[in-house]
Amino acid sequence: MPREGNARKGALLATVLFALAAATAAVADDTPGVTATEIKIGNTDAYSGPASAYSVIAKLESAFFKMVNDQGGVAGREINFISLDDGYSPPKTLEQVRRLIEQDRVALLFNTSGTACNSAIEKYVNQKQVPHLFLGTGADKFGDYQHYPWTMGFQPSYRTEAQIYAKYILKVKPNAKIAILYQNDDFGKDYPTGMKDVLGDNFDKMVVTASYETTDPTIDSQITSLQAAGADVLLVAASPKFAAQAIRKAHDLDWKPLFFMTYTSTSIASVINPAGAQNAIGIISAGFVKDPADPNSRNDTGMNEWRDFMAKYMPGADTTDGNYLFAYAVSKAMLQVLKQCEGNFTRENIMKQAANLHDLELPTLLPGVRVNTSPTNYHPIRQLQLGKFDGTHWVPLGDLVTGAGN
Amino acid sequence: MKAMLNETPLVEAVANRLSPPIWRWLGIAAILATACILPFAISGYHVSQFSQVLIYAIAMLGLNILTGFNGQISLGHGAFYAIGAYTTAILLDKTGIPYWATVPIAGAICLGAGFLFGLPALRLEGLYLALATVAFAVATPQILKFKGFDSWTGGVQGIQVDSPAAPFGLPLNTDRWIYYFCLIWAVALVIIARNLLSGRTGRAMIAIRDHPLAAATMGVDTALYKSLTFGISAMYTGIAGALGAVLSAYVSPDSFPVLLSIKFLVGSVVGGIASISGAFIGALFIEFTPNFADQISKAAPDAIFGIFVIALMYLMPTGAIGIFNFIGVRLRRWAVAKRQY
Amino acid sequence: MQGFLHQLLSGLANGGIYASLALALVMIYQATHHVNFAQGAMAMFSTYIAWALIDAGVPYWTAFGLTLFFSFLAGVAIERIIIRPVECGPALTIVIVFVGLLLILNSLAGWIFSYTIKKFPSPFPSTAWYGSKYLSPHEVGMIVVTLAVLILVFLFFRFTPLGLAMRAAAQNPVSSRLVGIRVGWMLAFGWGLAAAIGAVAGMMAAPIVYLDPDMMSGILLYGFAGALLGGIDNPWGAVLGGFFVGVLENIAGAYVVGTELKLTVALVIIVGVLVFKPAGLFGRTLVARV
Repeated sequence: MPREGNARKGALLATVLFALAAATAAVADDTPGVTATEIKIGNTDAYSGPASAYSVIAKLESAFFKMVNDQGGVAGREINFISLDDGYSPPKTLEQVRRLIEQDRVALLFNTSGTACNSAIEKYVNQKQVPHLFLGTGADKFGDYQHYPWTMGFQPSYRTEAQIYAKYILKVKPNAKIAILYQNDDFGKDYPTGMKDVLGDNFDKMVVTASYETTDPTIDSQITSLQAAGADVLLVAASPKFAAQAIRKAHDLDWKPLFFMTYTSTSIASVINPAGAQNAIGIISAGFVKDPADPNSRNDTGMNEWRDFMAKYMPGADTTDGNYLFAYAVSKAMLQVLKQCEGNFTRENIMKQAANLHDLELPTLLPGVRVNTSPTNYHPIRQLQLGKFDGTHWVPLGDLVTGAGN
Repeated sequence: MKAMLNETPLVEAVANRLSPPIWRWLGIAAILATACILPFAISGYHVSQFSQVLIYAIAMLGLNILTGFNGQISLGHGAFYAIGAYTTAILLDKTGIPYWATVPIAGAICLGAGFLFGLPALRLEGLYLALATVAFAVATPQILKFKGFDSWTGGVQGIQVDSPAAPFGLPLNTDRWIYYFCLIWAVALVIIARNLLSGRTGRAMIAIRDHPLAAATMGVDTALYKSLTFGISAMYTGIAGALGAVLSAYVSPDSFPVLLSIKFLVGSVVGGIASISGAFIGALFIEFTPNFADQISKAAPDAIFGIFVIALMYLMPTGAIGIFNFIGVRLRRWAVAKRQY
Repeated sequence: MQGFLHQLLSGLANGGIYASLALALVMIYQATHHVNFAQGAMAMFSTYIAWALIDAGVPYWTAFGLTLFFSFLAGVAIERIIIRPVECGPALTIVIVFVGLLLILNSLAGWIFSYTIKKFPSPFPSTAWYGSKYLSPHEVGMIVVTLAVLILVFLFFRFTPLGLAMRAAAQNPVSSRLVGIRVGWMLAFGWGLAAAIGAVAGMMAAPIVYLDPDMMSGILLYGFAGALLGGIDNPWGAVLGGFFVGVLENIAGAYVVGTELKLTVALVIIVGVLVFKPAGLFGRTLVARV
């Protein structure tokens, strides 16, 4: 009798154990990249090649997650941030992302950079149903929640920015002749497109454009042509090196147009100072991140929080580089999403929480700029603040403007 | 150019006479068998890496034919790779042609493009040809981005295409099917290259490389053969590009920078520029070494890659195949010497 | 007409940058019969050394001189240590070593100095009697410096025994050894001089194009094209070639096709010229002996 009882107990125990194992396995599969002690986050960035200037963003993100871990992690788990080099090559990005998802088994992708690189992985990532959050690009196309429900951008789109400039120009100089210098890639081309959105049929009459390749040594010829065309407004949609060249050349040519600059090249350290701060007086740009050179920022709690972080976790980094402020903001947004998950780290829930940010205020964003997402709005930041450079820092110009988004 | 050769044809002739062909067939069979089993031994993403290896190998085989066997340097084969890739992408995007049919079409178009490029290139030698080819590689992304072609090429945004599924209902997932598809093409192209190079055309090509004047004196139409070689070489690399487009399911002008052309040349030389099997070794090198370098140094991965390249050039100036042949010759001489006593 | 003149002047300014690098390429070619594809990267690295010196408080001309000196030594060292093992090997092997060198220098510069652009000072004032709106004093100064270096290079190769020895060592190493020329050290010396000329090119270009690890990659292509166009064995031709390329590029972009195809058209024209004159416009045509 006792042996039968033992056998039945054994069977029951075995069944329970098997069920538990099955359940655990099932639970483990539900939260890929997440265990009881760890959350894996994947990222690709250009650590080599011409776009490497932006790799500082990934470096800050790595330091940020280290800080989070030092403070106890999220929901008791440490964040394991895996960042791989893709050399700004779309086929390589796909390979690295496949490695992150299939081999390293990350829970989500965060702030992968490069427009073409993200285009290369968009379909694959959505097929695999991996949250593809806060892309490091302002291209307008990312945020198409209907076709790519797992991909979400972050920064205001370049096209929106150009639309805002166009509206401003029509307000202050309705008969202007506009010149656009743009980088011949998906970043630069968004600017003439955005202008055209607002100017419509008048675009061909009012606008003259010149493009350049990143392999061009200088853009002096383009600036000379644009001035010769009689333009009195200039929009420069260029990466930092060429933006600095444009400012200097316009100054050399004694050309003082109403000067607009893309927000990606407003850094005082990497653009304004090399070009000569006095040459940049009067330049208008739009931004959503605070200006580290602003003397008022010394008493700003958000900026001081960022400064403390930089001093402790990124000593020696150039604190006048606006990229670090942007990186801090997007990292804080990611942290918010993780916190909102409240321990439930299935990919579905991560995506759900990413699409559930309401009026989120971040320490390094300009006052009034809020992060907002919803299941039908995948453009987290849509507000921009126009600003004018006065020789030392960017002074706000007017109120916050909201773009239409996609 | 003469000094760079590893005398492959001569060594092979000697080897054929001294070693039984059965060993070579067994060796080839073993390699093929490994290649066929591979997709089932490793996980999905690694299979796609090896598909990329096969694709690079085909591309570099084209370069070897041109530079190794015909002596015309090219720093711009990435451009033919791009043409092949875009041909496939455009056909898949705009027409109903199935993916497997786009590959030979891409090859044919590149054959023509290469031949046309080879014609003016007849007048250029050495450095000047290098400049012309690198100019071609640098200009290609700009041409692809040109707004006049936007409706075809998708401009700066590129073209997204769908990945193929295995045909005839074979129980293979997409990764494995693409791998076998690339493998079939690789084997076919290797066989064609082998026949080409060991036949009359190959001898003409090699003669032009070694001593163009003597070849012309002997009646070889150097102009025709040089242009033809350019065309064939471009065809190989164009087919590789087409397969690459099928693998990545996405093409954009940014995918084909001049660095790609440089990488092809580096891989070819590391593997052995005047050999067929060298292309495969070179492909393994350029696919896996950057990942390895990334692990050694996150801050300067290209520097590590560069150090590897230079170190390999010291150790193996004639490429990996050069070293294998060297060792092989030494071994056979030793074996023959032993037999004589 | 005025617009055309402006583009012309702008083209001359760009051309000056290309011409100065073309000179370094000619120097290395005349000394070794190889074109060093890493010349641009070496020039960039030299410019970073100069920048670091100036940033540490060293006055401009002292830093300039020190950089030339270090660059010369570095060139000699690179030739003796890195190039020497493969010198007698196949030509392609040497090319690949150049490529490796280029990758290493680019990557190291990015690692040590970061990828953010840096401002590099100019020894010329920002306004001067010889400057104008379309050709700044620095650009004029750069052209003058390039021409001065050109004359020095020409005089060196033509009228000094050392220059003659270097040319001999490159053209016919075997015979040169027989007459007592230390061929190995001639090659190293050539590398040193080329590195120094490259450093000048970099320090002249940096105030215009700003200093970053990728500064020289576009310039190398045009410099190479200019050198070949003018004749790789002819310093005068190379410099003229550089200017020609600069002007051609600007005119093509402004008047022929617009900026979207500027690079393509410029390259097509250059290659086209080479097809008709394969040794370059001023190069010596080599006649092969049977």
